[in-house]
Amino acid sequence: MNRRLPPIPELGVASMVLTIVSTIYLATYIPKHPPLGPAVGLMVASGVLLLANLVVLSRAREFAWGTFFTVARWTLLAYAVIAGMLEFVFLYDHTRGGVLVLMTLSLVSFAVNVPVLLAFGVARYQAAD
Amino acid sequence: MATATTAAPAQAPPLRLSVPDSIVPLKALPLVVAVIGGLIASIATNSIWALNFYHVAGGGIWTALDLFLGLVLGPIMGRLSPPARAELSSRLMPALLVIFPTVVTMTLGSGFQLARYFGFLNTSYDRHGYVVASFIVVGIMATIAIGILEPANLAVLFEMRKPQPNFELIGKLMRRFIYTAGITGVMQIATLIIMTRLPTP
Repeated sequence: MNRRLPPIPELGVASMVLTIVSTIYLATYIPKHPPLGPAVGLMVASGVLLLANLVVLSRAREFAWGTFFTVARWTLLAYAVIAGMLEFVFLYDHTRGGVLVLMTLSLVSFAVNVPVLLAFGVARYQAAD
Repeated sequence: MATATTAAPAQAPPLRLSVPDSIVPLKALPLVVAVIGGLIASIATNSIWALNFYHVAGGGIWTALDLFLGLVLGPIMGRLSPPARAELSSRLMPALLVIFPTVVTMTLGSGFQLARYFGFLNTSYDRHGYVVASFIVVGIMATIAIGILEPANLAVLFEMRKPQPNFELIGKLMRRFIYTAGITGVMQIATLIIMTRLPTP
């Protein structure tokens, strides 16, 4: 189990932190419309880290892909449902425009990052396929 | 007595862990559905009593559980033998996999709705800074929970299901789980300080 694996948790947590900071920034302005620049910058950085994480992960050798996908599949389902409910709440509360786009992107980041973190956290300790 | 001192020590039987049928304890799911259903109903009806109940009960259980794990059970587990630690983990971790997400959802869902209902989210609220501070504390706790706590919890459950579990790995992951639970418990104290600065209307 001492094989060398890419820094998936570090990249995933960094992406999550940027998403959370962006969301908190937007939430602090309720009910006013915030300047979107900082939130856009944070979400772009978060998205870049998320994509980089997926690319690095896809290149991992000697990895328990079976276990990874078993965990990721169910977690993705759960978090997609949660993200869907939150998106409904945003629409129900008449969130529109740039704020809606940013909140939707933050939900996508959340729904992809969490399954990757949980599935990698389990699969890294399993024997490689 | 002589026989006791001269006899070869008996071979300890191999440790058999209490292996759950599934990673997620399915029997607990109806209770989770009932709790979350009640939360959704309380949000939809804006029942102040129910929202307060969910927020206080959920927050109390969450805080107490975090502090108990980190400050009481953690040091005790550190002194147990690896098989004893693994045996305790095999019974504790499946329950925590269900309890933690449920109490967190109870607390945060009801808390956000209370803040929204009473206008605490508005920038015009004179103690808005405290609300933003609570967002930041929750954000840090969420990062710790998603990045460290839950992966360790799941990894322990998967390891226990192996024919030959690695007790050393289980012990390492459990320490990580218990001590990060303690850190979030201490952060809960910060949340309690913030919450008690927000007056009840």
